[in-house]
Amino acid sequence: MAFPEPKPRAPELPQKRLKTLDCGQGAVRAVRFNVDGNYCLTCGSDKTLKLWNPLRGTLLRTYSGHGYEVLDAAGSFDNSSLCSGGGDKAVVLWDVASGQVVRKFRGHAGKVNTVQFNEEATVILSGSIDSSIRCWDCRSRRPEPVQTLDEARDGISSVKVSDHEVLAGSVDGRVRRYDLRMGQLFSDYVGSPITCTCFSRDGQCTLVSSLDSTLRLLDKDTGELLGEYTGHKNREYKLDCCLSERDTHVVSCSEDGKVFFWDLVEGALALALPVGPGVVQSLAYHPTEPCLLTAMGGSVQCWREEAYEAEGGTG
Amino acid sequence: MAALDSDGDEDLVSYGTGLEPLEEGERPKKPIPLQDQTVRDEKGRYKRFHGAFSGGFSAGYFNTVGSKEGWTPSSFVSSRQNRADRSVLGPEDFMDEEDLSEFGIAPKAIVTTDDFASKTKDRIREKARQLAAATAPIPGATLLDDLITPAKDSLVTDPGVKIYGCALPPGGSEGSEEEDDDYLPENVTFAPKDVTPVDFTPKDNVHGLAYKGLDPHQALFGTSGEHFNLFSGGPEGANNLLGDIGVNKGRKLGISGQTYAKTCYAECEILSWKAFGVGALEEEDDDIYATETLSKYDTVLKDEEPGDGLYGWTAPRQYKSQKETEKDLRYVGRILDGFSLASKPLSSKKIYPPPELPRDYRPVHYFRPVVAATSENSHLLQVLSESAGKPVHDHGTHSRHQLNASKRGELLGETPTQGATTSVLEFLSQKDKERLKEMKQATELKAAQLKARSLAQSASSSRPQPSPPDVGHRSWHMVLSAGTAATRASDFKPFAKDPEKQKRYEAFLVNMKQGQRDALERCLDPSMTEWERGRERDEFARAAVLYASSHSTLSSRFTHAKEEDDSEQVEVPRDQENDVNDKQSAVKMKMFGKLTRDTFEWHPDKLLCKRFNVPDPYPDSTLVGLPRVKRDKYSVFNFLTIPETASSPAAQASSEKVPQRQGSDKSRKPSRWDTSKQEKKEDSISEFLSLARSKVGPPKQESGPSVNEEEEHVTESLPDKVVNKGVDSQTEGEGSRPSMDLFKAIFASSSDEKSSSSEDEQGDSEDDQEGTREADFQNSRETDLVETSPVAQGMSYISDFGI
Repeated sequence: MAFPEPKPRAPELPQKRLKTLDCGQGAVRAVRFNVDGNYCLTCGSDKTLKLWNPLRGTLLRTYSGHGYEVLDAAGSFDNSSLCSGGGDKAVVLWDVASGQVVRKFRGHAGKVNTVQFNEEATVILSGSIDSSIRCWDCRSRRPEPVQTLDEARDGISSVKVSDHEVLAGSVDGRVRRYDLRMGQLFSDYVGSPITCTCFSRDGQCTLVSSLDSTLRLLDKDTGELLGEYTGHKNREYKLDCCLSERDTHVVSCSEDGKVFFWDLVEGALALALPVGPGVVQSLAYHPTEPCLLTAMGGSVQCWREEAYEAEGGTG
Repeated sequence: MAALDSDGDEDLVSYGTGLEPLEEGERPKKPIPLQDQTVRDEKGRYKRFHGAFSGGFSAGYFNTVGSKEGWTPSSFVSSRQNRADRSVLGPEDFMDEEDLSEFGIAPKAIVTTDDFASKTKDRIREKARQLAAATAPIPGATLLDDLITPAKDSLVTDPGVKIYGCALPPGGSEGSEEEDDDYLPENVTFAPKDVTPVDFTPKDNVHGLAYKGLDPHQALFGTSGEHFNLFSGGPEGANNLLGDIGVNKGRKLGISGQTYAKTCYAECEILSWKAFGVGALEEEDDDIYATETLSKYDTVLKDEEPGDGLYGWTAPRQYKSQKETEKDLRYVGRILDGFSLASKPLSSKKIYPPPELPRDYRPVHYFRPVVAATSENSHLLQVLSESAGKPVHDHGTHSRHQLNASKRGELLGETPTQGATTSVLEFLSQKDKERLKEMKQATELKAAQLKARSLAQSASSSRPQPSPPDVGHRSWHMVLSAGTAATRASDFKPFAKDPEKQKRYEAFLVNMKQGQRDALERCLDPSMTEWERGRERDEFARAAVLYASSHSTLSSRFTHAKEEDDSEQVEVPRDQENDVNDKQSAVKMKMFGKLTRDTFEWHPDKLLCKRFNVPDPYPDSTLVGLPRVKRDKYSVFNFLTIPETASSPAAQASSEKVPQRQGSDKSRKPSRWDTSKQEKKEDSISEFLSLARSKVGPPKQESGPSVNEEEEHVTESLPDKVVNKGVDSQTEGEGSRPSMDLFKAIFASSSDEKSSSSEDEQGDSEDDQEGTREADFQNSRETDLVETSPVAQGMSYISDFGI
């Protein structure tokens, strides 16, 4: 006899502070999960990049080699390499295990706001304040980028990569999506300077946060507005936003020290998670579990759902 | 000397190290195989065979001049304190051990120097001997003579010693033969002994005259063998003893007391040395074993020797006549065999001084204008040619140089040859013919232009100056009239991009050719504005001058560029993200979608596609990025947003499809027009317009919006109704709203709508917002005014504005 499908669990939001990592690297500019969510990277303003186990709170390795503060980092799909970009205008490819700099890509004219690997970690895409996105080839030894996407009129604040698309948010108020498969560029005008963009996990929508303290969910194909999420405060900082692990909620940092959760469909505020007194500068959402990392000041907080019990007593 | 009375075993000479006599029953030792033989130096150290230099073996410290300790320069010794210890370095201090050894250039042991070694007497005798040997029935028959050559005793200089019956003449060794000549009887004439015998051997090789093979003497020892020999060619060659130090044959060491056998051995040695000489082709390989001696080196710093090798000692010259010496001295160099110096010097060439330049001479060549001889300018031609100092040719008579073969043949009454081809031109391909033709035309054109210019100059100089505006016109008119002749041959189109313009340009050229003064004005487009016409006039004139004169010449030499290199143009992306204002209003209304989206063709790099594992969407294109077009750099229209119809399809499209989320948006967002108040004061035109409006109606902004909403509503509602009725509101005045179309497109569905216009008409739903909305409309309208909005009613604004 057939058992009925178990009723899908109501999505739980991470609201229990599990751990606070004192990173000790100045202000944490960005915090990023690795591909499977077991580790995280913190980009410090003291020119270092650190690899952590956020659940245990252990520091695994420090990557130093940047000449200025590190602004963004990303890990490759196989966890073998990292890339990071910073205020020294350089994009650095790291070897995870040895901690050595594998390549340093120079060519940006301004500080590099955001870096991303492509799906196979063969290309690093870096968005810079010089209003260009540069595609660096990790395979060849040539120092020039494969291609420079310089359609933006102002600095690039956010770059996300899917298997065949590059999504870029720019301060000129446009979200540009370069579709390599179709060979087309879609430019959606939002008006306010874009601070963060991301794909939804189903790849159908794009979430756009802008400096008018509004998050918008746009249909990827048509550019139509699917939802609008307000209530947080984002006026001057480049704050991160993301979708929860199952695309049920929209998550955003806020300048008032909280993390806001909205229901994606209804657009209603689900939770305003108080993190601390300062500005929540960056956040990262676990790819599969309701686990959230937030960065405030020089520390990183790890949040889990209420029902979460630490496994193995590791705390 | 001791050898003279020797006999028996004493005659034998043992040479080398004798083998040890074998013991009884002892097996002879195996010779050491070649590969095991090693070379060791005097200290027993192994010497590696190395190469040709350093005698084939390694030298120094790893082939350097240093030692293991490196270069240790001699330490500085103060010359003040120990003056006595100061050593003067001689050449030996810079020599290696090898140089000081027996075969080096500065042997320590006593050896016979060249001066005292026995040697062949002189070159003449040598030559004679060679000739005799060559012509003798038995080749090499002179060997016997060589055998009995007296070995000169150098160490024991006893002139009276007789060796083998050849007595040295009594007296000094020098000039002894001269003295012999003195004893000749007066009445007996002998063939002169010392005349260089003429070489009668036929030249049976293919070498050049007086060819000699590589002379190792010259190659190895530089000029040592090439000392200028005063006496070699002269009849008194006996003075060789003084001059001839370079030519020394062999290394016959004439030690006194040499036995016959020894001498014989020496000769055999020479022969055997010759046998393995430098090469089979060399005739002479003498002196490759010559010893370098210190005496060949200068030990004193001095000037170059004066050239006669006498170092100022002139005594032997007294024996010669002064003339001969002079003659010999004139020619420094080797005299070829069979040649002798001319007795009479060549008469020297007379050198004429350069002509005196006139005082006012300027070194610039003035090209006289070439004027083609035609009927009109015969006078000019005549004047020109007269000034050039040439006689004027009649047109009928040709110079003989101006005739070609066929014409000359004609004159002579020949029948032309009936060959298949009469001219080289027939062989040329069609293309080449065209090129030739073009070049010909170009030269003709140049000539014509020159003619025209000279005519113009003469004309302008002859008559009073015309009025200034006339000058410019006439000048290009002149040039054009000359230049346009060629343009019909070369179908050059400077305005090929704009066919209309090109047509006008061609018409202009035709008119110009016909000499019409108002050619330009006639061919210009009358519908153009004055400014455009003026610009085009300039362009045409310039193009006609430039292209007509240069094109035909240049085009025969240049090919077209692959890419147009036009500095007037700049590359811009083909598709621009169009107007932001529309989008802003759309964003304000949350009309995301078509209105806020721009789609471009974008070419990813091929490598990027490969890295992304995506097929190249444009496999045939080499473009990367956005496609780019060239636009005029300085055109005003680049900076204006041209009212293009591109956005109207978007509007139509959006009008067909109503945004679905509109209802929910509206319900959720009551404060849609929040921001419009801030943007009201965007520019002065809006203020001006609002002022104008406030004159018509009561002031609306100063008072609260809730107060005067009624009046506004009245004024606004009328045109809205008109729009609603579907009447074309082009001619409407102040009330017509262009942006209504936009809103209609946004709000209205294709079937029917009551969303926006009915809302506006009734004004019921958002009463309290009415004033701000009005401002918003106004705002959008004014931006339209500035940017020439894409809305279809754009033209009505101008008329609007005019009112």
